[in-house]
Amino acid sequence: MNTENLFGLAAEFETHDELLRAAEKAHMQGYRRMDGFAPFPVEGLPEALGKRTRLPLLVLIGGIIGGVGAYYMQWYANLISYPINIGGRPMHSWPSFVPITFELTVLCAGLTAFFGSLVLSGLPRPYHPLFNLPEFERASQDRFFLCIESHDPIFDAKKTREFLRSLNPLHVAEVPK
Amino acid sequence: MNAPDQSPLTSHFSQPTSPLGYPANLLAGKQTFESVNETIGSIVLQDRQPRAWWIGFIFAFALLMMFFLAVSWLLIRGVGIWGINIPVAWGFAIVNFVWWIGIAHAGTFISAILLLLFQPWRSAINRFSEAMTLFAIACAGLFPLLHLGRPWVFYWILPYPDTMGMWPQFRSPLVWDVFAVGTYFTVSLLFWFLGLLPDLSTMRDRAGKNWQKKFYGVLALGWRNSAAHWQRHQMAYLILAGLATPLVLSVHSVVSLDFAVAQLPGWHSTMFPPYFVAGAIYSGFAMVLTIVIPVRKIYHLQNLITLRHLNNMANVMLATGLIVAYGYFIEAFMSWYSGDIFDEYMMTNRTFGPYGWVFWALMFFNVLVPQALWSARIRRNTVALFIVALSINLGMWLERFVIVITSLHRDFVPSAWGMFFPTIWDWATLFGSVGLFLTLLFLFIRFLPMISISESRELVAEPQKATTT
Repeated sequence: MNTENLFGLAAEFETHDELLRAAEKAHMQGYRRMDGFAPFPVEGLPEALGKRTRLPLLVLIGGIIGGVGAYYMQWYANLISYPINIGGRPMHSWPSFVPITFELTVLCAGLTAFFGSLVLSGLPRPYHPLFNLPEFERASQDRFFLCIESHDPIFDAKKTREFLRSLNPLHVAEVPK
Repeated sequence: MNAPDQSPLTSHFSQPTSPLGYPANLLAGKQTFESVNETIGSIVLQDRQPRAWWIGFIFAFALLMMFFLAVSWLLIRGVGIWGINIPVAWGFAIVNFVWWIGIAHAGTFISAILLLLFQPWRSAINRFSEAMTLFAIACAGLFPLLHLGRPWVFYWILPYPDTMGMWPQFRSPLVWDVFAVGTYFTVSLLFWFLGLLPDLSTMRDRAGKNWQKKFYGVLALGWRNSAAHWQRHQMAYLILAGLATPLVLSVHSVVSLDFAVAQLPGWHSTMFPPYFVAGAIYSGFAMVLTIVIPVRKIYHLQNLITLRHLNNMANVMLATGLIVAYGYFIEAFMSWYSGDIFDEYMMTNRTFGPYGWVFWALMFFNVLVPQALWSARIRRNTVALFIVALSINLGMWLERFVIVITSLHRDFVPSAWGMFFPTIWDWATLFGSVGLFLTLLFLFIRFLPMISISESRELVAEPQKATTT
């Protein structure tokens, strides 16, 4: 198979420690366009693969928008849109605006965290080349995979395969596009 | 970390015990990835359900039908079919609302607060209790809506640009409640689904039948266990836990402000928020135990939900139960110490008035019976623990009855006093909501993995996380 039709090369491992060490070696070799697959979150694996996430910043922004928006809504409703004088109490009675401000801060931050994590991961995505690999079913059960993608700058079908073999995996498989 | 030559597939645990004599490991027996996948996954993927599931489901479904009947009659005739009137305008609807929302709190406590406190024992029960949280909030949310009188215009309580040119009263705790409960439901749902996502992919990959492949395949959203996905997933999960922690404390505090902001003796108290939150966690753990004890027996999950888990939950119940008992004591003390005649009379009426027997039943079920949990033998005995949990469920319902009804029925002016007697429709709605809760729970057990498989695999792979210090 030539590189044109190849999504990448995947190596299968039996333990998460082997996958972690393989990821570290691959990163050291200079591979960047790669991903590890494990049936549970392996500590240190994303860092070993050089993955980073901007999610916390997005959540912070979402929370601030929610909080400011909620306070503004209550202020606008009570002072501008529909002011009613009840027993001479202050219009801008901020302590009673606190609970809703808090709740909407949490709501917007929570929605951002959830949808942010999905959208940044490109989910929902029902089809992916890796699903062509019959043994990939076990990534959600008991096996660990390292996939180096063909659009990595230093990817070379032959050399990469040899490199993956050197990591002592159960086997190395081609992932068609 | 494992030694390099030790594969997690072959690793096994010795059986050390903790000082109290429980197995120190959270996973009993020899567990491998495959045994964990199989134990939890097969419950969902197998064709036949145990007879107990069918009996339970049919019972719950019958109660649900009764609920539909009671609600239909309510929508036809109005809230007059209930026993409520002036002065007791808040009857069972509010009692049930507070009871259900309190039950919901244990799920969030287990899944969020215990996650932040690095308590690995939570992972056997968190999925289950989060589902319980969702269903309990659903039940809770229905009651204020049904109590509205015209439930079909419930959306008037939401701020939206309406043709009437009006806004909700943002200074009212009842409107705070809408935001608190709405946020709580949404965040709980997201938290639950996010935790479920990796397990749905396991279900998708293990499914044998076509409909199962499609059902779990669609729900799994194409999750492929990539390290980058896991990283965002774990980050989002941790953030949601961090958000849910203050949220869960705020929800029952806001619920308690529905009472505490009013001027009524028996309600007007600064003690309410912490006392309500402790009571909520107390009743929630009781409900988790009420459900988990039969379920682990029916589905043979004793190796995953061990006596250690039950013991830990019993300890939390004992601690929160003592806080609640302290709350009862302080309430009585303050009504005497305040020297306010209305407050003093509220306490006399509560203990020796027409509803006095409810108060003493509350003391028995909620304060006296749970003291049995001091005994490690009781905490290790599933039958005894189940009885104590049932007693607390009942006791917490009685507590809300005492707070809502005995406070309302005699306030300041004797000419305005009155009695509240529940009608058959009050009872039908209460037990019907139990049917709604149980039906949803049985469907959840049938169609979704009730224990987090990915977290269990993590415990298999890193056995040191599964042992307790």
